[in-house]
Amino acid sequence: MSIPQLLVHDHKDNVGVVVVENLSAGTNMTCVITHDDSDFQLMCSDDVPIGHKVALQDFAVGDTVLKYGEDIGKIVAPIKKGEHVHVHNMKTKRW
Amino acid sequence: MSQKIMAYRRENGRVGVRNHVVILPLDDISNAACEAVANNIKGTMALPHAYGRLQFGEDLDLHFRTMIGTGANPNVAAVVVIGIEPEWTKIVVDGIAATGKPVTGLSIEQNGDIATIAAAARVAKDYVHWATELLREECDISDLWISTKCGESDTTTGLSSCPTVGNMYDKLLPGGIYGCFGETSEITGAEHLCKAKAANPEAAEKFMKIWQSYQDDVIEAHKTSDLSDSQPTKGNILGGLTTIEEKALGNLEKIGRTSTYIDALGPAEEPKKGKGLYFMDTSSAAAECVTLMAAAGYVIHTFPTGQGNVIGNPIVPVIKITGNPRTVRTMGEHVDVDVSGVLRRDMTISQAGDALIDMIVRTSNGRHTAAEALGHREFVMTKLYRSA
Repeated sequence: MSIPQLLVHDHKDNVGVVVVENLSAGTNMTCVITHDDSDFQLMCSDDVPIGHKVALQDFAVGDTVLKYGEDIGKIVAPIKKGEHVHVHNMKTKRW
Repeated sequence: MSQKIMAYRRENGRVGVRNHVVILPLDDISNAACEAVANNIKGTMALPHAYGRLQFGEDLDLHFRTMIGTGANPNVAAVVVIGIEPEWTKIVVDGIAATGKPVTGLSIEQNGDIATIAAAARVAKDYVHWATELLREECDISDLWISTKCGESDTTTGLSSCPTVGNMYDKLLPGGIYGCFGETSEITGAEHLCKAKAANPEAAEKFMKIWQSYQDDVIEAHKTSDLSDSQPTKGNILGGLTTIEEKALGNLEKIGRTSTYIDALGPAEEPKKGKGLYFMDTSSAAAECVTLMAAAGYVIHTFPTGQGNVIGNPIVPVIKITGNPRTVRTMGEHVDVDVSGVLRRDMTISQAGDALIDMIVRTSNGRHTAAEALGHREFVMTKLYRSA
């Protein structure tokens, strides 16, 4: 298999992490779920820096983001599948 | 896993991997004398710091515990303590002397800096001659006390470098090492998982009490607004981490799949329940945390980083692990173990753990870490509250 562009920790997760530099919008990414090495394809619709997250589904405001199979925060602006997920559209539920 | 290392067995049976002669200031105003001694006598090292005057209560206890623990650390062969006055100096000297290693205290009041420096330099020179004749001997990897803390984390740390440390613990803890993780504030969001990693209900309760008290006494008491600008840090956010929960889950990957902690320690507190993994109440700031773990007796530190934290410690080798290929490319001189293959899926976490264990053995045998070669000696005392 080619080097993946996106890694996902767990099957329950609804975001994945970009693990290559210079990923540009329109890339059909090879995505790997590290839990069992299964893979899938996903079109990335933004230029997303290495280490940043991509939505694996559409999100509405208030939705919970899951990573490591756990709750890591809530959505504060709508997101479409394949878009960049970060501080501009997601926030902690603490503090 | 049994593996041999060549290291220094100290008077109290503990094993050290470095052989420092330390010139230790009791207080801030003794820094100048200590630095003068270290400048005069080659092969010694002064540990200047900012505190030690007019502290009281729990904060003073922590100061003494950190001073004594630093001198007592098995990576230190001998110590000269210099303080402004003799009484508190003697407390530190007596604490270090309990290990059986050579230690001498001098005080500046009524002597002045110059006479104190001269007297301390003569003792320090004798210590250097003595320490440099000590030979490394064969010890086992299970004799090591190995701590961990991550820094400048990003999403790659949770995918690669933190689970690398976790894999090392899963492999080495059953053989009998001491382990340690901390970062009280940074477990926020994963405290339920951390609680579940306790080996017994007492350790779980102790951890939860420490974590809750940090939330109540520090976060709630001092926060002015949302803490999202501090945890995660600006560097974490640049690296793609969005929330404290996300950061905490990655952080906790460091303690492995099968490992459980047997006790929760106060800052710089020496573990007393035998071999195994311990949680320690520490700041998540790298230098403060590593200084506390070194003072508790840990001799090797494993440090996963994503965006590239450059921290070192004066007495403990800090091994840097990163899985971020951009960090390897842009600041590779700070990286001891490159696990970026985990992200490319051409290296498994188990292979990454083995690479870290190999680097722990080589570092124990004497290889200088990147931080040592680059001169990183961050020694930062933790202060609990304002002095009197």
